[in-house]
Amino acid sequence: MAFPDRIERTLNLAHPPERVWAALTTAEGLGTWFGNRAEVDLRVGGQVKLAWDSGDQATLTIERLEPPRVFAYSWRIYGLPADDPRRTQVEFTLQPTGSGTTLTMVETGFAQLLDSPDHEVAFKGNTTGWTNELGELVAYLDGHA
Amino acid sequence: MNWLPTSTDTPDPEAVAQEVFAALADPTRRGILAALAAGGPATATDLAAQLPITRQAIAKHLALLTEAGLVLAEPGERRRVRYRLESAPMKVAQQFLAALARDWDGPLAALQQHLGPTPAEK
Repeated sequence: MAFPDRIERTLNLAHPPERVWAALTTAEGLGTWFGNRAEVDLRVGGQVKLAWDSGDQATLTIERLEPPRVFAYSWRIYGLPADDPRRTQVEFTLQPTGSGTTLTMVETGFAQLLDSPDHEVAFKGNTTGWTNELGELVAYLDGHA
Repeated sequence: MNWLPTSTDTPDPEAVAQEVFAALADPTRRGILAALAAGGPATATDLAAQLPITRQAIAKHLALLTEAGLVLAEPGERRRVRYRLESAPMKVAQQFLAALARDWDGPLAALQQHLGPTPAEK
């Protein structure tokens, strides 16, 4: 694949894992470096709501929570319609080093496609469905004018 | 019923995206696709009335877009073919764009700054 399924970054931070963990998982931390505001329901299955002054928003669903080592969440794929069910998974891994923490961020799932035939059928069905429904609406209005 | 030309196997996403980006690289084809997205199915004549190009040029581009699977030709009234935007390939291409648009360098630099200075690389 010429296009990435995953995005990966590693940071060497001069701070202990506990401090990095707090920046990643508290409203104070996330609302400072990531968004402009954050609400955090810190449990697996819980949500993090991020908001930016620009009006942008993001909702993260927490998938893994192993303090202070692994924090993972899923969120919408950037640019897809709001009702698209697909998500990418973001995983932060904190590895203590002598003087601080190695933080690895991996986001995966960009190569998800219309992979199941069911999905494709449903999708086409919807597209055709709308065309038909609107046609029926027109016929209905014409017939009852 | 007019279904997509059935392929024996799933089309290669890379090839699908290639078709989409090639189509979008041309301003005339962008105009045609945008008109179909905004206004729904249309004939070549409808499109010629909306766009600053000849019907012949539009027909040529529509044939190309149909061949690429981005537009679906369906029989319309009085035997005039109507063209409908096929949005599934766009979604595949959008997926690739999503990876390019996801900016982690900005937020991670902000995280680093939030935590305070990091000593020089060891």
